[in-house]
Amino acid sequence: MNPVELRGVGYAYGEGELRRPVLREVDLTVGAGEIVLLTGPSGSGKTTLLTLIGALRAMQEGSARVLGVELNGASERARVNLRRRIGFIFQNHNLLGFLTARQNVAMALEQDGATSEGARLARAGELLAAVGLAGHEDRLPAKLSGGQRQRVSVARALATEPGLVLADEPTAALDKVSGHEVVQLLRNLAKSRGVPILLVTHDPRILDIADRIVAMEDGRIVTADEVPG
Amino acid sequence: MNEVPDPAKLLPWAPERMGESVSRAAPARNAPGFGAATLFALRLAWRQLRSEKARLASAIAGVLFACVLVFMQLGFRNALFESATNLIGSMRGDLFLMHPMTTASFRPEPLPRVRAQQALALPEVDRAVPVYLAQATWRNPVDGTRRAIQLIGVDTAAGVLDFPGLAPLVDPLKPADTVAFDVRSRPEFGDIGRLLAERGPFEVEVGNRKVTVVGLVEIGPSFGADGNLVLSEVNFRRIATQRQPSAVDLVAIKLRPGADLVATQQRLREVLPPDVMVLTQAELNAHERGYWENATPIGFIFTFGSLMGLVVGMVIVYQILFSDVASHLKEYATLKAMGYSGFYLARVVLGAALILAIAGFLPGLALSTFLYDLVGSATFLPLRMEPALALTVFGMIFSMCAIAGLLAVRKLRDANPADMF
Repeated sequence: MNPVELRGVGYAYGEGELRRPVLREVDLTVGAGEIVLLTGPSGSGKTTLLTLIGALRAMQEGSARVLGVELNGASERARVNLRRRIGFIFQNHNLLGFLTARQNVAMALEQDGATSEGARLARAGELLAAVGLAGHEDRLPAKLSGGQRQRVSVARALATEPGLVLADEPTAALDKVSGHEVVQLLRNLAKSRGVPILLVTHDPRILDIADRIVAMEDGRIVTADEVPG
Repeated sequence: MNEVPDPAKLLPWAPERMGESVSRAAPARNAPGFGAATLFALRLAWRQLRSEKARLASAIAGVLFACVLVFMQLGFRNALFESATNLIGSMRGDLFLMHPMTTASFRPEPLPRVRAQQALALPEVDRAVPVYLAQATWRNPVDGTRRAIQLIGVDTAAGVLDFPGLAPLVDPLKPADTVAFDVRSRPEFGDIGRLLAERGPFEVEVGNRKVTVVGLVEIGPSFGADGNLVLSEVNFRRIATQRQPSAVDLVAIKLRPGADLVATQQRLREVLPPDVMVLTQAELNAHERGYWENATPIGFIFTFGSLMGLVVGMVIVYQILFSDVASHLKEYATLKAMGYSGFYLARVVLGAALILAIAGFLPGLALSTFLYDLVGSATFLPLRMEPALALTVFGMIFSMCAIAGLLAVRKLRDANPADMF
């Protein structure tokens, strides 16, 4: 079974006269270990699609099966549980400013009751080393550069060994070099773990990391190109 | 538009029609238990509070302020009620006779002395001791100023008064025009303790008489009386010349060993005319206290003052918690996206409220204890920090912070992870 399978997904904001559809009849599949980039002009519905797949929003229409869980009609509790199996990377790093890099990553691990505090902090240290932040573990986010912060959020997203990583414009706040570093890192870590990634971007500089590029326009998927090579 | 029929009609469960997942999503991992998650939430709350030192300090100051205000108000209230019963509380009797129209001991309605003799008709009654109460003018022997002082006229040998220092004065108080001075009276009466130690018994002017201070007792001032004198019945009549000996203010009754208190009280009520109330010691205290609580605005004023302190404290704590939530909405939404439940975040906010309650209460307790000493020695009111009082105030402060926290939790609804992208 594919990690993400969407069939006829529709979504609209507003009610009655003000009802404004943003997604129409979207079908999308993300296979195991696949890296899919979702591009399109702003207002094309790609971010809404991402929030639906991430179980952050209640479904309205169609069927979305994410990591084997049908999201249409899923309870709040079921959605919260599903979110724990998804790694999120946001446009802004959204790290907790009063926690060190290590504590921020460990926060993601606190949802697993079986681990000890020491084990969580050690694991957070390993992950930070994997994203090239060895030696910066005990800094507050304010003391890190933009690229370093985004690498902390990559480490946080991967900490729980998620079945799926969802990223929204992870390079928007970064310069070309550090932006590319971050997505390359994300790609390598995901590939080595076989984790699929769905990444929303309109940054042309990072298109080369994708296995497949899906373009959206006006709430529909218009092209789904396999990236050659 | 919604074609799904009423779920109740679809029973038994028909997931395919409801569009639900046939196999319900099992929890991904074993989530930490309630206790562990609460500890994590508390730790997160503490880390968050700690990171903003100025905000934390102002929150603690707010709780501390409320705490001290409540302690002072309740302390004054208790001290007032306690000092109001200083005199009555030192009486030692099994039952008391009092005129039903007496509202408080400083303004007694006399009752016929013969009621004391009548009470003796019951075999259970051992002694019935009349007590005379009046106020007279005392002239300060040091600077000559005059001030009203409470006179307590009683047969000092009868053992119905339990003032410290009175026992050795039974014989010295027998000669004419002798009095025992309450050493805890307000200092405006003169430093009688020192004068007595320097000169031995010496003369002072009370009413229009010269009397000799022969010793000291400890009673303490109350709102009704700033100072007290204890003297024999006969000496009382010498000063309070307008008083009829046949009219007493209080009768203290001692029962024979083994007598049934309640039954005797009932029998006395039957035997005596309705111009006396028959009270136990506890009822007498409650009657005196009730006057100050109910017939004066004092009790209400202090309760109101405490409430105001709590409201102000609550507003401050609410402001702090609210702005903490508001300025961390993105981070909270991120935590929700990571799979933390709204309940967990509510526990973070309530944990912060609990931390503020404790962090404000402890210094508040210390400061109030210090202020009790300071104010107590200035006003001679019995301000004492007692565990029961501290516990009550902590309960109030805790509730105050909890309510502020619950109000601030509502702001968490704005942390919507779907808006994060």
